[in-house]
Amino acid sequence: MSLKSWKEIPIGGVGFKLSTEIKTGEWRALRPIIDQNKCTKCLICWLFCPEPAIMWDGVKVEVDYDYCKGCGICAHECPVKAISMVPEFGGE
Amino acid sequence: MNILEFKPKYPREKQIMMLLNGDEAVAYATKQSYVDVVAAYPITPQTIIVERFSEFVANGEVHTEFIPVESEHSAMSACIGAAATGARAFTSTCSQGLALMVETLYIASGLRLPIVMAVTNRALSAPINIHGDHSDAYLMRDSGWVMLFVENVQEAYDTTIQAFRIAEHPEVQLPVSVHLDGFFLSHTMENLYVLPDEAVYEFLGGPRKLVKVKVDYFDEEVDYALNPAKPLSMGMLAFYDYYFEIKTQQVEAMKRAEKVIVEVNEEWYKLTGRRYGDGLVDPYAMDDADIVIVVMGSSASTVRSVVKKFREKGVKVGVLRVRSFRPFPHKTIARLLKEAKLVAVLDRAASPGSMGALYLDVISSLYMEKEKPIVINYIYGLGGRDLSPLLVFKLIEELAEDLKRGFVPEEKVVRYLGVRE
Amino acid sequence: MLVEIRWHGRGGQGVWTASNLVAAAAAYGGKYVQSFPAFGPERSGAPVLSFTRVSDEPIEVHSMIYEPDIIVILDYTLLSPKIVEGLKSGGVIVSNYTGDVDFVFERLGIKRGDYRVLLVPASKLTLEILRIRATNTAMIGGLLKLGYLVRLENVERAIKERFSEPLAEKNITLVKRAMEETIEV
Repeated sequence: MSLKSWKEIPIGGVGFKLSTEIKTGEWRALRPIIDQNKCTKCLICWLFCPEPAIMWDGVKVEVDYDYCKGCGICAHECPVKAISMVPEFGGE
Repeated sequence: MNILEFKPKYPREKQIMMLLNGDEAVAYATKQSYVDVVAAYPITPQTIIVERFSEFVANGEVHTEFIPVESEHSAMSACIGAAATGARAFTSTCSQGLALMVETLYIASGLRLPIVMAVTNRALSAPINIHGDHSDAYLMRDSGWVMLFVENVQEAYDTTIQAFRIAEHPEVQLPVSVHLDGFFLSHTMENLYVLPDEAVYEFLGGPRKLVKVKVDYFDEEVDYALNPAKPLSMGMLAFYDYYFEIKTQQVEAMKRAEKVIVEVNEEWYKLTGRRYGDGLVDPYAMDDADIVIVVMGSSASTVRSVVKKFREKGVKVGVLRVRSFRPFPHKTIARLLKEAKLVAVLDRAASPGSMGALYLDVISSLYMEKEKPIVINYIYGLGGRDLSPLLVFKLIEELAEDLKRGFVPEEKVVRYLGVRE
Repeated sequence: MLVEIRWHGRGGQGVWTASNLVAAAAAYGGKYVQSFPAFGPERSGAPVLSFTRVSDEPIEVHSMIYEPDIIVILDYTLLSPKIVEGLKSGGVIVSNYTGDVDFVFERLGIKRGDYRVLLVPASKLTLEILRIRATNTAMIGGLLKLGYLVRLENVERAIKERFSEPLAEKNITLVKRAMEETIEV
């Protein structure tokens, strides 16, 4: 993606792209994996996620890996320990 | 235009004569300028500008939301927030208050918010001093604000109203500070001619108009303001990828401000019959002047009054008052000064380790000229020390000596005017 | 013509207000004016200064007044040779004072005839009419005695704009009485 010149961007450094275009998931070192068998769908992870990168469609709880930064709060808060943090690169 | 035929829209007889000091004049101008938000810290070094304004608010004379905040840093922050939502915002401070505000000054200009601020120029501590000098103003020199220095109470009123027009001009969109010398203007009562409210309203074109911005996620251009219906992000991160471009935009806007200041000055003349040089500089007796004194603020009038006496004696001396310190009109100044033989630049603030800030700008303006005068620097009036007519008299005599000698030794390039040796 | 007045008094006596009132009265008479204080330590009782310029032409100076045409002294305890420093020859001294006239010349270190000297029983009249110690408006009565500079009706207008009733009316009475009782020595 080529960067724009000063003549092409709006004034004041206003964000000219949607922030959703910035895929913060690239920053992640640890990946949360939800064990769907253990998950009770209590949605405490959904409540605590600061991003918010926990998706709930009414049936299943999933992580939006485009934006999840891997902070691990969901895993820490999960009352049934259904979420484990797995390194993105390298060993299991 | 034939001067004899020219009649301003509001000649003096259609204006109202008031007797106000500089502070009150600024407050009155703000009252007439349909300001939406005034946020200010009400304690020392605050002046009575906001005190008077808060009275207008209390009396229901203005629709303005007045926010008394806990510090000058918060005052500017509140103005930034207000201006970001599209409001016309104003504040006032000086001295240590301005120093505390510096961080947020850069944010106001960086976000391109057309805030107007009155600065009653005063010294910076230590030693503790709240009297008039330009130390506080020089502190904000590179903050990206348009900085206009006024000479008298009338100009303080006129310039405050003009400041909103300049700041909000679509080509500018930068904050503007109006600098009136602490005590010398802020506490001096003079005859003041004010416009009727409706004339100011018309001159400003009513409330603030927003400029449009184009962002990728809306099909049409949207107002540059925070609005939940058309959300924008302001104050984003921009690292080495975009910071430079955004600053370049600011620099270019400042260049365009030069033209706008001239236009607004001319328009004001058509409205009121008053103008200040070309808006950027206000020259006096410069045409054949061998010696020129460059000065800013209220001292210009004292200098001019003494220069008149020397002119009567046949001494070819002139005065160049700089009204727009930022943007600095380099080209105009070079054109006006290049034919002089000796130029003295008066700085009302010291820059330890360097020379006066105004002096540096003047000499850099002249550097590319083939023929240029000798330019010397005088530091004067620190901490409110009075520039008396007698001191100006001595100054001009000293300059006449230098001119006769024809050269100035290096150690005499920077001098002090009125300090005890 | 430019007339420059330097006011001497003590913090709390209304030195700046006096200067503003005279400037306003002169402006109502069609003059260009300037009025400003010289702030020292802002304490009640400390010696303070104020300045007034009145001119037929727009005023082009923004500095303190070093060579006044008129010196007004609101508090006779301030009388000293220092106070008349810079007074132009033929200048005027207007002082708040009741008592032995020789004392005034002695304290100022001047001879009779050096300057015009006007004495206003300002403290006495102010205590009597306003029951306060701010001698500022009474001193304006002394200035009115000079016969140039400002007119009584313009002083009245300036006082009415500055003070609300009944204080304005009392001050006007005071100014008139002070004008009557001012003596030139």
